Amino acid sequence: MTREETETSGEDMMIDDPKPKIENDFNVHYLRIYYGNLFPYTDIHKWLSYGHDGKHPGCDEYYFGRREFSFTLENDVYLRYKSFKNASLMEAAIKSNFPYKIDIGAVYSVDPDKRHAYAQSGTNLFTPVERELVFDIDITDYDDVRYCCSGADVCSKCWPLMTVAIKVIDTSLREDFGFKHILWVFSGRRGVHCWVCDAKARRLTNEQRSAVAEYFRVYKGNENNAKKVDLMGHSLHPFLARSYVDFLKSFFEGELQATQSIFSSKEKYEKILGMITDEDIQADLRGKWENSARSSLSEEATSLLRWEQLKKALQSKRNKALSLRTCVEEIVFTFTYPRIDLEVSKQMNHLLKAPFCVHPKTGRVCVPIDPNNCDEFDPLAVPTLSQLIEEINSGGLRMDVDDDDSDSSLLGKSIKFFRSSFLEPLLKSCKEEIESSYKTKIAKTKDSFSW
Amino acid sequence: MEVIRSQKRTVSNDVVSTPTLPLYLTAPHMEVRLEEFELFAIDRLRVLKGVSDGLARARNPNEMDDLVETLWKEHMRLSNVSEMINKDIISHFVLRLVYCRSDELKKWFLSMETALFRHRFRLKKIEEQRAIVGEFGLPYKAVIGAELESLKERLGLVARSHGQISSDVENIYYKVPFEEVPDLVASRRVLLQKGFAFVAGTQLVSLVVTQFRSHLSKALILTNRKWTTTIREREKDRLTPIVEALSTSYLGPDYSQSNEYADISLKDIDQVSKSSFPLCMRHLFEKLREDHHLKHGGRMQLGLFLKGVGLKLDDALAFWREEFTKKVGSERFDKEYAYAIRHNYGKEGKRTDYTPYACSKIIISAPGAGDHHGCPYRHFSEDNLKAALSRMGLSSRGMEDVMDKVRNRHYQLACTLTFEAVYGTSCDTGINHPNQYFEESQKILKSKTPAAPV
Repeated sequence: MTREETETSGEDMMIDDPKPKIENDFNVHYLRIYYGNLFPYTDIHKWLSYGHDGKHPGCDEYYFGRREFSFTLENDVYLRYKSFKNASLMEAAIKSNFPYKIDIGAVYSVDPDKRHAYAQSGTNLFTPVERELVFDIDITDYDDVRYCCSGADVCSKCWPLMTVAIKVIDTSLREDFGFKHILWVFSGRRGVHCWVCDAKARRLTNEQRSAVAEYFRVYKGNENNAKKVDLMGHSLHPFLARSYVDFLKSFFEGELQATQSIFSSKEKYEKILGMITDEDIQADLRGKWENSARSSLSEEATSLLRWEQLKKALQSKRNKALSLRTCVEEIVFTFTYPRIDLEVSKQMNHLLKAPFCVHPKTGRVCVPIDPNNCDEFDPLAVPTLSQLIEEINSGGLRMDVDDDDSDSSLLGKSIKFFRSSFLEPLLKSCKEEIESSYKTKIAKTKDSFSW
Repeated sequence: MEVIRSQKRTVSNDVVSTPTLPLYLTAPHMEVRLEEFELFAIDRLRVLKGVSDGLARARNPNEMDDLVETLWKEHMRLSNVSEMINKDIISHFVLRLVYCRSDELKKWFLSMETALFRHRFRLKKIEEQRAIVGEFGLPYKAVIGAELESLKERLGLVARSHGQISSDVENIYYKVPFEEVPDLVASRRVLLQKGFAFVAGTQLVSLVVTQFRSHLSKALILTNRKWTTTIREREKDRLTPIVEALSTSYLGPDYSQSNEYADISLKDIDQVSKSSFPLCMRHLFEKLREDHHLKHGGRMQLGLFLKGVGLKLDDALAFWREEFTKKVGSERFDKEYAYAIRHNYGKEGKRTDYTPYACSKIIISAPGAGDHHGCPYRHFSEDNLKAALSRMGLSSRGMEDVMDKVRNRHYQLACTLTFEAVYGTSCDTGINHPNQYFEESQKILKSKTPAAPV
């Protein structure tokens, strides 16, 4: 993150400018207003308390205070192991620091800011005790298969890769792993984060997290090997088969062809030919496509036609080699299957950006994404800091996020969604768990007194 | 366990009745002769070292089963069964003492003992396996009736996705929470539904291995505590010297301190990379020069290697800074990357002086998109590897020999052959550490031109 992009003085915004206002401005002044008025402190606190609000005798009143936060400040100063006893202290700390980024870490055995009083090994450890199961999907990991953008850019042509990733992973988390309390969040620029908040998920060990991440892993490779997806065997695992049938195949044959035209140039189709292990088929298709280079079809139609030709060529030789049988699926998976950042998911102490932060490079708020409606999500339409500030200035003077008609405001919609589809069901389930484990505990102590 | 000097050894009868694969859940009550204390441990260490080699060569599970069977017969066999079981148990508990004493030792021991247990378990008959599962007290039930029917088709798909053709269909499946079988989940060898994994009878090994590992891990912590608080002092004239000697005898040089051959300076580094780096490090180095960047895995692998080669911290910072600032700017370098380099040299955080990675660790790493670390003999496609080898100067004949080793998954032998082809000498010990490659290479080059820098 270079300095020049993040520091613009507040005064610039007042200058009369005939050009349309740059909406992606990010500056400290706006950030203060955001954290002063708009950031949903209470909701975040409720979420991370997981029902330990002190209202039930089974509550652990110190639970929230053992959660690690980290702040990244204006001058790239990084403050780790921050912790807060309650919501007001958290709010006060954020309002006095105005961090550019807030990360959420694990819940530890003791308050992170008191960790030095505890040992590094033996008994009385300072160690993570609970942490959501998290995933991070970044579109730069797809740079070898998207042709519209690269690096930090994202557009309506390549964003659908994220949409498909959400669908595949979300379905699997619910159907295969049985998780229920899942929050998907826009990372602010070019990716998505996933927070799995079920109690079982929070208590997974590093090894178990690693297992889930590896279960999702299909793409194995980098520029040093030609074939990065290897689906061996006589059939696909039901998870992969379901993903293929329900999401990947139609995406590949539909939207992807329209937006990426992956066969339309020699450079593009050579990459795909390299994934076919039979040299005769490669040569055959290459010959066909080189000769039809000057056809009058559109890029999209050309791509579709060539895909059909490829499938046909493979079909005819299916029984000759095992590797050819899964070649079609391998190509589809290479272009469409989710690529998660394994390291983020594997360790409990890995920190991840908090929802409702503002991304310093784009000014966009990290809003939740509804996995059941993720086709509708447009990263380029997410409210920016400037838009929010303007809304405050022009509309009501106070953004009272507790208003009933708050979903008319830019941010209110997101907050309402966060509450109704994620927070409320989660808290209900947490309460039930606290009550039932309390009852069990009481019953046990009763038993121990029986003669 | 009582260690005695007498010639006679008394063995409690309890030991004989346990199954032939002990779980080492509790320390046995028996007396052990002092000589056996050491000898049994050494024999078991030979087995564990053999297991470690097998894993480094990425042997498949069936090959590992055979290897373990051979190793066990060779080093642990005795004339009667009860003697064998005693040796098994005694040697395990002695090695616990040896390997509980540091995190690195614990990690190695845990991995090897778990692998050993896994493959010995796989060699047992199904009835014996079920009995062992019972010993751990695991409460899992078999799936029957309508539930089984509804899953049958997908269970078949799972089996076939791993090459099992339907003729050997599993009959029994256990419904187990997915957390209990992480390795089966990771390799997608089980069907998952609503948080449960359906584990086949033949996959029971995963369940028990998880239990075994978890139990041993906790036991090692307790053993360490006992060792540091009472045993080490109490036994300082008797067992302690034996215990301390046992661990160092098996870990090869770790290259955390560079020796006289290996101090390099920044101005020589490009030349040295071409003349003495093994392929894995040469690739990383070239990519760094080319892209002015390396991802985390590459920074660790190359960075620690350079430390082992003799690059001082200040030179390392200058080196990485020179490259990275071409892409990310000097402020960002200072903020995001310099810390990690100092961390590697033990100057930050918990101040561990990290040791350069050995081949075994590099081979099992998993480079992903944008990565360049790992072992090229394992991770490169054949074409890319051949191109890289020809840049190192191998003839086509030499290359064929190397590729032959690669196809048989003898990655370290492939690297050894490369070494031999490049320097024109033989390397009898074989390459098992990138810094070893470097040091041997420097020795050869310096002996040829003692004065000039190489």
